[in-house]
Amino acid sequence: MPKETAGVTKHGSSLWKDARHRMAQNKFAMGSLGVIALMILFCFVFAWFCKDPNKVNLVNKFAPSSGEHWFGTDALGRDLFARILYGGQVSILVGLIATAVSVAIGIVYGAVSGFVGGRTDAVMMRVVDTLLAIPFLVLVIVLQATLSNFSGDATKWIVESWGWDKEFTGRLTNVVPLFFALGLLGWLTLSRIVRAQVLSIKEREFVEAAVALGYSKARILFRHVVPNVLGPTIVYSTLTVPGFIMYEAILSFLGLGVESPNSSWGVLIKEGANFLETEIQLLLLPGLFFSLTLFSLNFLGDGLRDALDVKAAKD
Amino acid sequence: MSLLEVKNLKTYFHTRAGTTRAVDDISFSIDKGEIVGVVGESGSGKSVTCHTMLGLLPSPPAKVEGGAVTFDGDELLHLPPPILRAIRGKRISMIFQDPMSCLNPYLTILDQVAEPILTHENVSREEAERRAIEMMKKVGIRDAEQRARSHPHEFSGGMRQRAMIAMALVTNPDLLLADEPTTALDVTVQARILQILRDLRDDLGVAVLFVTHDLGVVADVADRVVVMYRGKVVEQGSVLSIFENPSHPYVKGLLACRPTFETKYRILPTVDDFLETEEASDGSLTLRERPDATARLAELESKSDPEKQVDDSSEPEPLLEVKDLQVHFTSGGGFLGKPKETVKAVDGVDLSIPKAKTLGLVGESGCGKTTIGRAILRLVPSTSGFVRYDGANLASLNPAELIACRKRMQIIFQDPYASLNPRLTIEQALTEPLVVHRIGSGASERRDRVVSLLEEVGLSSEHLLRYPHEFSGGQRQRLCVARALAVEPEFIVCDECVSAMDVSVQAQVLNLLNELQESRNLTYLFISHDLSVVKFVSDHVAVMQAGRIVETNCAEELYRNPKETYTQELLDAVPKADLETLRKRSG
Repeated sequence: MPKETAGVTKHGSSLWKDARHRMAQNKFAMGSLGVIALMILFCFVFAWFCKDPNKVNLVNKFAPSSGEHWFGTDALGRDLFARILYGGQVSILVGLIATAVSVAIGIVYGAVSGFVGGRTDAVMMRVVDTLLAIPFLVLVIVLQATLSNFSGDATKWIVESWGWDKEFTGRLTNVVPLFFALGLLGWLTLSRIVRAQVLSIKEREFVEAAVALGYSKARILFRHVVPNVLGPTIVYSTLTVPGFIMYEAILSFLGLGVESPNSSWGVLIKEGANFLETEIQLLLLPGLFFSLTLFSLNFLGDGLRDALDVKAAKD
Repeated sequence: MSLLEVKNLKTYFHTRAGTTRAVDDISFSIDKGEIVGVVGESGSGKSVTCHTMLGLLPSPPAKVEGGAVTFDGDELLHLPPPILRAIRGKRISMIFQDPMSCLNPYLTILDQVAEPILTHENVSREEAERRAIEMMKKVGIRDAEQRARSHPHEFSGGMRQRAMIAMALVTNPDLLLADEPTTALDVTVQARILQILRDLRDDLGVAVLFVTHDLGVVADVADRVVVMYRGKVVEQGSVLSIFENPSHPYVKGLLACRPTFETKYRILPTVDDFLETEEASDGSLTLRERPDATARLAELESKSDPEKQVDDSSEPEPLLEVKDLQVHFTSGGGFLGKPKETVKAVDGVDLSIPKAKTLGLVGESGCGKTTIGRAILRLVPSTSGFVRYDGANLASLNPAELIACRKRMQIIFQDPYASLNPRLTIEQALTEPLVVHRIGSGASERRDRVVSLLEEVGLSSEHLLRYPHEFSGGQRQRLCVARALAVEPEFIVCDECVSAMDVSVQAQVLNLLNELQESRNLTYLFISHDLSVVKFVSDHVAVMQAGRIVETNCAEELYRNPKETYTQELLDAVPKADLETLRKRSG
């Protein structure tokens, strides 16, 4: 038997590596990635060196931009630049944490449902149907309210037992229920997508070969099936990040999200909208940050979809 | 002047990865009423040639770099689109490989067969439908009047292909381009379709360009043959002259590596035994005949064990025994109370395979042969009957015993592309069974085992860190064999494991299986629809039809002397490419 030595590369290139390579050639997607990185840097690192976003100075309200207040001040004389950066923390965290929670639940739930099949599958999917039938925001508001009941106790407990700063802890526990309310309900569509993918992967012959080789069910599911559904899942989840940021903005706009004096991009836009006719920069500047992030995330999602596309991949 | 003349045609694909010369300077011609077969393996450019003629290739990436296609005086490549459209479907029609996806499921068969007439001719709908039904009768669709208004899913595969042919011929074209028209069909259906094509040629005088990978089919249907290899025409001539006296080493190899009913070799020659290729840096190829080709053949012949043909008088103990196996699938029966439907995929089958022998299982698609293989390995649950493996009843094993038993029996699938996990490196994929079954201790010992497995199937340690998509189809199938061997099984089910391969690759894999059988004393259940391949590998053959075994006998005897009419039918349907038949036909 002749030895086949076609090609010379010793290290193989995995499908992920190929996808990274395709991604790197997509200028829009890489640009968007840069913008997102910059945004995170600004909101989480740069914000520490900013002025106190909640410091009221009624004498200096609606100040135009100056060396001291780069973006001017708002109706209560608070520094707008600092508020945008601190607001960005909340908005970006909502997007990331809610997505992480929903992806984790969605993958496990969908994968188990699709892989086990039969009655289990039917029951699990009916649960999803039921939850999907109720308007999303109503569910989120109810769940957030339920979770918020615990947040006061949590604040007290953390302050007492760990000695954290009370104001900081309060800010944290105020928004955490929102993160989790969104994440705990946002996995429904994702689990459907994962289930459909699993159903098709499960029929592939390498899964049957794994059964024939005597591998355990858990091993087959998590080593052979799940990694093969991650591509579409990642694409879908980058597209849900803007969705969650939007939901937070909507809830804050309705007055149900982040409580003042804390800010988020949604809160700032809501406040700015009150002075639409006289001080339009209060609406435009937070809106600009918000839209820029959403655009970048959407471009990134599109880029990822192209990079991970099964058709473009070498089988 | 000939009807169609292709001169120095070049079609290149320009992609980011570089330029592929899919069709590289080819010339041939077709006369009126002639069937010309274009043969080649996958990637040889035969389909691209077909599509280029009708301007059907997406451009970019495809680009015609030169040459001419003259059809009845018109230069096809430079016609303005409206005029080309008037030729497509009217004077030149095309049949595609997959009748499943080439018919629109939302339209009736009649609508689709009549559509080309309505597009190209100014006739009434009634007239078009009348002609459509007439043509459907001509291609052998029975009760065409009644069945014409059914939808494609109500037709069987063979009937759909006939509807496609009717659709292509309904405008009385001068030339029919048939791109692998019978590849997806069973042999008996294929034989009928080939007969229909020959009859239509005789009756209507239509010329046919018949593209296929199957030399047997070409020998059966074509007047002349054009053999393509990597974008070039390596040889062309009449069928008889090519089969009798091939001059190009590639054609010699192609003819020799194909197992036929007459094959006497125990080890098949491969194309590599005849051909040396040299690729220059600019992508051009030099093909040369191996100087030692004759010596290599003689060596193979001497290796071919004459005792293989002699039947063993002393039957060894059967390793595997199947008794009255039944596998039923039920569908429906949801909670809305749809009636349950039961399909008896396997309906009372008895088999027995002696140790270190091969049982071939042949049958047409849907006969249940694949289900038997899976039921034996308990990949699908069996409804009743039992499978006795080395004395133990497989059906009564508890989960722990079953896992231990999985070690002893393995399966190799048809599609090597789907049977390796694309996310694992070769090393990971081959180490995993060792870890699960606690074979070998420590990473370095397992690594050594993996390397020796790779070497056993003709690959090497440099492939360890690669991923499946970096291998060719034949190499991937070897990897599947290596993975199956990792747990050191005694019994392997080969489920259509060479069906998706080119003949030259098929020969290599068949040789590998034969070598492994000898060195490891393996027992095979070889499932295939290809009677020639089954004859080549098997000691015994079982013929299956509609869930039952029709006939079982030792291979030689069954092919020489079939007892059942169904077996006879199957054997008759296989295209004959032996010289005697060819001489008779041309003579």
